[in-house]
Amino acid sequence: MWQQQQFDCIVVGGGPAGTTFAQVASRGGLSVLVLEKDRDIGMPVRCGEAISDKGLRYFHDPDPRWILSTIDRIKLTAPNGTEIEFDLNDKGYILDRRIFDYDLAHMAVQEGAMVVTKAYVNGLIIDNDMVCGVKGNYLNTPFEVKAKFVIGADGVESRVGRWGGLRTQVKLKDMESGIQKTVSGIEVQSNKFEFYLSRKWAPGGYLWVFPKGNKSANIGLAISGYFAKEGKSAQKFLDEFLQWKYPECSVLTTVVGGIPVDKTLKCMVADGLMLVGDAAHTVNPMTGGGISSGMMSGMAAAETAIELLHNKKEPTRANLNSYEKKWAKLRGKKHEKYYRIKEAIFRFDDDDLNRIADGIAAVKEEDRSLMKLFSIAVSKKPTLLIDVMRLFTGL
Amino acid sequence: MIQIEENKCDFCGCCVGVCPVDCIEVMESIIEIDDEICIDCDLCVFICPIDVLSSVATATI
Repeated sequence: MWQQQQFDCIVVGGGPAGTTFAQVASRGGLSVLVLEKDRDIGMPVRCGEAISDKGLRYFHDPDPRWILSTIDRIKLTAPNGTEIEFDLNDKGYILDRRIFDYDLAHMAVQEGAMVVTKAYVNGLIIDNDMVCGVKGNYLNTPFEVKAKFVIGADGVESRVGRWGGLRTQVKLKDMESGIQKTVSGIEVQSNKFEFYLSRKWAPGGYLWVFPKGNKSANIGLAISGYFAKEGKSAQKFLDEFLQWKYPECSVLTTVVGGIPVDKTLKCMVADGLMLVGDAAHTVNPMTGGGISSGMMSGMAAAETAIELLHNKKEPTRANLNSYEKKWAKLRGKKHEKYYRIKEAIFRFDDDDLNRIADGIAAVKEEDRSLMKLFSIAVSKKPTLLIDVMRLFTGL
Repeated sequence: MIQIEENKCDFCGCCVGVCPVDCIEVMESIIEIDDEICIDCDLCVFICPIDVLSSVATATI
């Protein structure tokens, strides 16, 4: 019985960040327990399910069972209806997260990890300021399990970090309020990501149409908490869009969730504790994509745990700093830049977006290099230059 | 005080992420707010994607 055992690592949360940690750490010879509060790994899905080929391939060869559609083209729609299309340099996929997450957990188990579902963690065991285990409830029975490392992979809620003294609360303006409906019975091109940019569709965020094949798609949007404050919820925005664009569609599933589009936490670790994935704010703040970056943080944390245990070092905050350094190098530094881009785009109103889109639409597709697009954007909105300077100087 | 329409809730935990005082608990299909700790900042009301939460003025005597 896992309740009576001691582990090297306990992971709270069975999403891709948590199970990637478990897989890598188990392969490195550590004993790992993963506690998932829901009854299923991979459900309910709280995600747009998009990932780049490069991001996925960093960890696994794409398994056809995971992939609902392969995307090689993007269509952006501006507020005035101007459409801009271009090919993607790096193709992308729409995953079936139910199968993907399940398989990641399965891989972790094959490496020797133990996964328990319906195990709800409600506190930490802390001894002399060192986190050394978790408390919780499993099938109405309280439990306490000890470990050398506790890994908070508990997603956007990130309570494990709070209990360990870390400041994980997301500022309202950096939380996106998201909703997505999987709709069926619509005409949609199966190789194209579609994005709609406008304050009328999704203020402080964007609306997406991600094809899932067979005349179905994930249609969702996220709005910034900053705009949500005005009283119109994400659901109301999406219902209006569907009524306008696809009034005849059937809605097969609805998922909702928060997306922390923030810089990574300054402090991802405490004595005995590491945070990974959404819990550590590892989502790409510009795109809101978080699957591969979450997995990357899980991998980096696992490598740190393996190094410390093999070298018989204590999991103190100072020693765990090597995880923070690994993360900064992998993605953290880039995310700081992406955050500044997000802040700049955030200031665009619909007139700005229309001017930029019309300028780009006038250029032939084969001439649409990134530099060309950028120079058009600047000529249409000169203050963008100031934002870009901010970006590079970090002001 | 925050009122919860439990039948509407999807238990996504978005409200927990923005709560400054960690007074919201979301389990698989249960949501609870500890009114003793809640400071009525309404951030959870704003961020909820599907209007589950609403702010109710507490009666003053």
